[in-house]
Amino acid sequence: MKKTIFVITALITLGIQAQTPEELGLEIAKAAEQADLGFNSSTVNLKMTLKNKNGQTSERSLTTKTLELHEDGDKSLIVFNSPKDVKGTSTLTFTHKVGSDDQWLFLPSIKRVKRISSNNKSGPFVGSEFAYEDLSSQEVEKYKYKFIEEKGSLVVVEQDPVDPKSGYTRRLVTYNKDKGYRFEKVEFYDRKNALLKTLVYSNYKIYKNKFWRAGTFVMKNHQSNKETILEFSDYDFNVNLSDEDFTQVALKRIGG
Amino acid sequence: MNQKIILNTIIFIFFTGIDILHAQNEENKINQDFELEIEAEYRYFYDDAAFNGQKQHFPSVAFTPEYSLDWNKGYEQFNMTGFFRLDVDDERTHWDIRELYYQKAKKSWELSIGLKKIYWGVAESNHLVDIINQTDAVESFDGEDKLGQPMVQFTYTTKNLGSFNFFYLPYHRKRTFSGIKGRLRFPVVIDKDDLQYESSAKEWRQDVALRWKHYFGAFDVGLTHFYGNGREPLFTFDPLGHVNAFYPVINQTGLDLQITHNAFLWKLESIYRSSKAQDFFALVAGLEFTFSNIDGNGLDIGLLGEYLYDERDEWALNALQNDVFFGSRIAFNDTQDTAILIGGILDLESSSKIFSIEASRRFGSSWTAEVEARVFSTIDANEFILSNFKEDSFLRFSLSKYF
Repeated sequence: MKKTIFVITALITLGIQAQTPEELGLEIAKAAEQADLGFNSSTVNLKMTLKNKNGQTSERSLTTKTLELHEDGDKSLIVFNSPKDVKGTSTLTFTHKVGSDDQWLFLPSIKRVKRISSNNKSGPFVGSEFAYEDLSSQEVEKYKYKFIEEKGSLVVVEQDPVDPKSGYTRRLVTYNKDKGYRFEKVEFYDRKNALLKTLVYSNYKIYKNKFWRAGTFVMKNHQSNKETILEFSDYDFNVNLSDEDFTQVALKRIGG
Repeated sequence: MNQKIILNTIIFIFFTGIDILHAQNEENKINQDFELEIEAEYRYFYDDAAFNGQKQHFPSVAFTPEYSLDWNKGYEQFNMTGFFRLDVDDERTHWDIRELYYQKAKKSWELSIGLKKIYWGVAESNHLVDIINQTDAVESFDGEDKLGQPMVQFTYTTKNLGSFNFFYLPYHRKRTFSGIKGRLRFPVVIDKDDLQYESSAKEWRQDVALRWKHYFGAFDVGLTHFYGNGREPLFTFDPLGHVNAFYPVINQTGLDLQITHNAFLWKLESIYRSSKAQDFFALVAGLEFTFSNIDGNGLDIGLLGEYLYDERDEWALNALQNDVFFGSRIAFNDTQDTAILIGGILDLESSSKIFSIEASRRFGSSWTAEVEARVFSTIDANEFILSNFKEDSFLRFSLSKYF
């Protein structure tokens, strides 16, 4: 794997003259995907803190399970642990590299599983500053790329969402090419091409000597002055989950 | 009788649970969780009562304790949900074990033993296919509250052919009707114990059900069959006008289908029910369309429309024989999860209409408030069921605290 990164790093350095910014951007996105390949499955606990413009906060906690797939996008299960009135509410998502995702919602109060439309990409996830599209599996096919600049180990790539339902005209992603092409920062530009939000990743840890995962995401909305902080804990890459853990039956089981 | 059986079931499952616990290794992490919801509710029926003894004001309080235990990475669990309500109407004062079951999952199969709640279906205005649990009819008007059903449930999930569910249902639970002081009842108070069974085994008739559920692309499809004591009592009249009500033995085949395409959800639920006394067909078909994130701030407005048909005509217990439902679901997607559901059901053959509004919001991290109104409007005097409820429009306020 180190070798692949080396080769790609070399490609980037050499390629500045040889490739168009678009080709280079795509190359970097592929390198980032390649660097994170092979985690198979993971679980993580997540504390979400929502801050309004007056600094008042509210919290929610969730558990996320992810299954890595290669031919198609990843599968994920999210279950809410708090606030207590929504405890057990869960979603099952099958991400597709091309086309819209499949998504089911489990409502614990009436034990109902409902297939929901994944059309709403730009809407906020549970009142937070994260849109659904910010939290869905990052597949290379979902954007068009353009290399912007390289500053030391940091590489900035502009990404234009392919899906017209996206809430963004573009995002500027800062990768760290020396740290497995992990994301350091993402700037989101709204449909009017005005800076909407900035997401900063911090408290990175490396798991299994390969997979970089940030412990903290801070999303700041520059237009509303609201902020959402995600704190991840108890990452587990040894859970050995399989397709059977990502079914509607499993969705009901996890929601209780 | 009923309560004694439930109690025995609890004791049985409790001890089974303890045995299983003892068998576990120390290294296995056990998670447990206890939660209690206390709800204060006030229902106000603003029209004068139609029948003697009916009250107008219904302050009430309900307790919902929940306990869950899981181990073996969540592949084994024990869940319990109790319920108790104290109300002005003696029949609405009731308790129930909503859930009390042990569950084990391994790869493609899952087994549950105990009292459980199962939901089937896709429609919003009527739940035709959903038949496993008895409706807790005194709890709410929408039929979404259910009594815990004793069962053995086995689910087998295949790779490419969806999941197969097998249910063994050893005991039937009767529906409770409003008491003398209660609203939403008939002129004669129906005591649930007066209702008999067609089956000589009565509530101990051993019932079975099957469900196949699959999805491919935009399609989610479910096929079900139920054979056993009906959950809805059947009302018949002799030539002298005496009411005879009983639970028939029924065969019910159901289909539920949803097509999810962009912001559209197309829905169909349909059943065919047969018994010695009655055969009929019913369906609900419609769509849901959501305008999402309208204001760039998360506001979603969903539009709902459904057509309801029931071959029983005015004998349909839920009075939805040839009706249209329309509604709107408004979700603000704010930190308080504010949501509003507005709806109306119009009878296509008479003047009868039912309107409803439900709104909910969280306060702080552990309080929620709900407001509900149901209005029975210009109910046709010839409606066999609904005409009894024409003075029963009500407002409901509730406040819940979660511990």
